[in-house]
Amino acid sequence: MSRHQLDARNLLCPLPVIRTQDRVATLAPGDVLEVLCTDPGALNDIPAWCRLNGHRVLETRREGRDIVLLVEVGEEGR
Amino acid sequence: MSKQRKAVALVSGGLDSMLAAKVVQEQGIRVEGINFFTGFCVEGHTHAIREKDRSRPKRNNALWVAEQLGMKLHIIDISADYKDVVLNPKHGYGANLNPCLDCKIFMVHRALEWMEANGFDFIVTGEVVGQRPKSQRADTMPVVARESGAEDRLLRPLCAKNLPPTLPEREGWVERERLYDFSGRSRKPQMALAAALGLKEYAQPAGGCCFLTDEHYSAKLADLWRARGERDYDLDDIMLLKVGRHLRPRPHFKLIIGREEGENNFLEGYRRRFIHLRTLGHTGPLVLVDGKVDRDDLELAARIAARYGQGRDAAAVEVQVEDPEGVLGAVLTVAPLPPHEVPESWHV
Repeated sequence: MSRHQLDARNLLCPLPVIRTQDRVATLAPGDVLEVLCTDPGALNDIPAWCRLNGHRVLETRREGRDIVLLVEVGEEGR
Repeated sequence: MSKQRKAVALVSGGLDSMLAAKVVQEQGIRVEGINFFTGFCVEGHTHAIREKDRSRPKRNNALWVAEQLGMKLHIIDISADYKDVVLNPKHGYGANLNPCLDCKIFMVHRALEWMEANGFDFIVTGEVVGQRPKSQRADTMPVVARESGAEDRLLRPLCAKNLPPTLPEREGWVERERLYDFSGRSRKPQMALAAALGLKEYAQPAGGCCFLTDEHYSAKLADLWRARGERDYDLDDIMLLKVGRHLRPRPHFKLIIGREEGENNFLEGYRRRFIHLRTLGHTGPLVLVDGKVDRDDLELAARIAARYGQGRDAAAVEVQVEDPEGVLGAVLTVAPLPPHEVPESWHV
């Protein structure tokens, strides 16, 4: 398991979802991707995409204007 | 035991594509959705930017539809390749800069490529004969099937009975009798079908999902091409056309003026690309300058920036001018431009 980071700040949805999707496709099950965004739509869209594709959102938090989501890559969703 | 057939459905987030995917699911087909990002999608963008829209619940309707139908959704960024569709539409534009027929052909073609790469059997769309003036007519729907390369692997479940049988129908993967014969612009059949399928909630019925169908947006894109002397754009260009008040006081430069805090915050992300102005001492917009400007131009830009700030009635307002490299750093003291000196013709 390894930890990775994706900077999707200043991108509007669905781009943060697309960037997350494309990055997750390169990771292994159990890896954790920290996604940084500024579009609040990502708070709905990234968890929805994770639910559809078998990944898990471990944590969601705000850091100033940034939104941080921790996504754990699922077994079969890639 | 017969092979489990698989279909890829184009999902916009609207009702028609939702129904089309559902109708095919109901026949035991495994359906996965595909949603294309062109850069011109209306979906959520202005809501994400403007403060006044943030109180509304915001969701990506394509993702929401996929969740309702219990299917996977693949969102694909086609914005780079899509540029050729916008700039060189073989079948021309609609009422504005909307290349609807070429767009549909392109998307079905990309879906076909995805289908073949992922071992799927056919493509599903929510098209309805007569629904759209350009891309969904009896004479253009065969063009989409032919020029996309999908041919008879393209199934339109909502109007299939009005069209020749496709491969999935002929092979018995789906029963033609359980497909539909919708036509025309009425939305009633779709709403009745939604009710019959137990779909109580859905996004606003089809339409209005692409900025290129918008007259004002198209005018701004045409202005950008005129000013640059070439028909071209990048993703930042088309995002910025969705934001702020656009004024072109001189042919060689344009101002993008934030209308409220949300837009100012968004425009902040572009400070490293444009000369930008903001008022000092009075609340005011962030203003980006698009074009090559001299000192007189900057003074005019500063007067306009002041006109849209809280100091608009003051005798003089200080306006900070910064460039992307941070070397300009000038402060201009200007008289806000009176409203009657901002002619309508400057508004793009």
